[in-house]
Amino acid sequence: MTADYRLMWTNLGLDLNAHDALLAVLGKAYQEIYLSQKNRPDAMGYFDFVMSEVHGLRIKELLDEKAAGRKIIGSYCVFVPEEIVLAANATLVGLCSGADFATENVEKLLPRNTCALIKSSFGFKVGKVCPYLESADMIVGENTCDGKKKAYETLGHLVKNLYVMDLPQVKSEQGKALLRAEYGRFKAAVEKLTSATVTPESLKKAILTVNAKRAAIHRLSSLRKADPTPISGLDALLANQVFFYDNPARFTESVNKLCDELEKRVKDKTGVFPEKTPRILVSGCPQAVPNWKLPLIVETSGAVIVGEESCVGERGTRNLTDESGETIEEMMEDIVDRYFQVDCAIFTPNPDRLNHIEEMVKAFKADGVIHYGLQFCQPYLMESIPVEKALEEKGIPCLRIETDYSMEDVGQLKTRVEAFIEQLR
Amino acid sequence: MWDSSRPGLRPSSNNCANSKESKVGKQFTGIDIGSRTIKLVVVDEKGEIVLSLQTDTSFDPIFEAKKLLNGVHCDGIIATGYGRNLFEIAFDAPTVTEIKAHAIGARALFPDARTVLDIGGQDSKAIALFEDGRVRKFEMNDRCAAGTGKFLEIMARTLGFTIEDFGREALLAETDLNISSMCTVFAESEVTSLIAKGENRREIARGLHASVIRRAAGMIQRVANGGDIVFTGGVAKNTCMQKMLSEKLGRNVLVAADPQQVGALGAALLVAKKMNIIR
Repeated sequence: MTADYRLMWTNLGLDLNAHDALLAVLGKAYQEIYLSQKNRPDAMGYFDFVMSEVHGLRIKELLDEKAAGRKIIGSYCVFVPEEIVLAANATLVGLCSGADFATENVEKLLPRNTCALIKSSFGFKVGKVCPYLESADMIVGENTCDGKKKAYETLGHLVKNLYVMDLPQVKSEQGKALLRAEYGRFKAAVEKLTSATVTPESLKKAILTVNAKRAAIHRLSSLRKADPTPISGLDALLANQVFFYDNPARFTESVNKLCDELEKRVKDKTGVFPEKTPRILVSGCPQAVPNWKLPLIVETSGAVIVGEESCVGERGTRNLTDESGETIEEMMEDIVDRYFQVDCAIFTPNPDRLNHIEEMVKAFKADGVIHYGLQFCQPYLMESIPVEKALEEKGIPCLRIETDYSMEDVGQLKTRVEAFIEQLR
Repeated sequence: MWDSSRPGLRPSSNNCANSKESKVGKQFTGIDIGSRTIKLVVVDEKGEIVLSLQTDTSFDPIFEAKKLLNGVHCDGIIATGYGRNLFEIAFDAPTVTEIKAHAIGARALFPDARTVLDIGGQDSKAIALFEDGRVRKFEMNDRCAAGTGKFLEIMARTLGFTIEDFGREALLAETDLNISSMCTVFAESEVTSLIAKGENRREIARGLHASVIRRAAGMIQRVANGGDIVFTGGVAKNTCMQKMLSEKLGRNVLVAADPQQVGALGAALLVAKKMNIIR
């Protein structure tokens, strides 16, 4: 930790003592969970570096961008279109929501039975420990689940620059019209913020940049189909998490470099775990940094995670935006088309998600599915029951778990996960 | 003697103190380190129980486990229960989850069993089995003590019953008072207020049993809809629980002579299976 960063954090208004405590916990967890893994690909070194500088160098880069006239936009959801942000001379970053922080203070603002992800996003604000949030010129809230949309009403009093985006809940023409209108309104708001105009050239370039980032993740996912799998689920999840923080071009390059190494591993049949290790698909709620609780339990209990049907994972990255549009109108429509396919559980009905889970089970040769639900996350918990039923009808074992960010249920979770893995052997 | 060539059975001089060559053939040990008690079962080459021991878990389960193992002859050991990972580290022994252990143990005692309900000190589990005995599906309680042995123990104490008498006394009640809280803390306040109202403590006791049964029945119905239920774990010793479970689901409830030892038995049998001694 250099003196520069401390000054930078002070200037951002962070609570240095609380922030030191957070970084100490995070550093220790990273050491124990990530660096202690065996047979890691060398190219994960890049992601280790990113994580070690996640509140340092990366923040400095963002502040340098701001000094050079760019704007920073923070988001909590994969529905916020990065293409529009980039095309309007701004940078999009995911905001912290993967760890409990300042819970007592958060519970003065939100009911106790609010999901851990929402509570966490508030915790990082009221605890003054998220440099991304404090660097952001605009924070985008989005009307997804009831918990989030009502929480943004309160968040609006805590931050000066909250922009709320409405989202459809039905995949109908009317729903799509709403998304189209909202993306148009968002484009205008970002242009106003940056005083830049989105041009066909800038939008095209942005589409290509974001697609390249997604394509790199597709390449990574597809390498996980091999047995033995060349990368742990923990490491692949990390790459999917860093997707939300890193400079897009550098991220793409680093993931591709990792994939080059993994390709060699697949050719040599080198894996992180032995061949025939039970393969698990995780499906459900997003796992934001540093929420590594479930993959840690799974991968220290004799199984490997081969895919994440999740916003931090395939749900967020699987679709590309059509690159053939030439005019702004065409490209905006392509963007609407692309995001309208996201099969978030806020949609009703949401059959695409179930189909996608089944497709992933097949493609990744998963032996079973763990449905990961955050306590009090109604949309995903509601869907978990029909998902389990449908999978069981196809003979695919499914374990539904409901948890949060605390460590108090790790013992019971471990028993359940181990028993599930025994079932798969 | 230890046979290190077998998969999943690592040799360790610490595992079985005073282990000596037995004249009666090989013996296999299962140890179930639960939240309240540690159970140990030794089986012979036919899978018959030759030794069955139990002690309180206390604050030092490894010390208690060592005492229990002292003088026990064994050719292989597997640990189960919530303390299995502690045991794994201390004794370098393999482990199995309670779920699989209870499934194997229940199946050995009741060969046609397809549904197992295990209610222990801090966990409850409903387990459905395939026809061949493998685990098909299971449900487990959440993180709190609701619906477990610990819940009943605290409630018995609040009502001034011993845990041994609790079920019998509850059965003497003519009706059960409805207890709505499943949370141990809230239920205790509810019980306290019922006592203050002068309600019959046997009826309160019966109501508490009914609330645990409602929860257990829900878990069972989520995993398997018909057939006999093998009831295991310490709570299975409670006669009121046995009777109410059977009545609630309209299914036969089968209970072993010592239902608390079923997990340890399953672990012991798994040792023998892994060493290809029994099928």
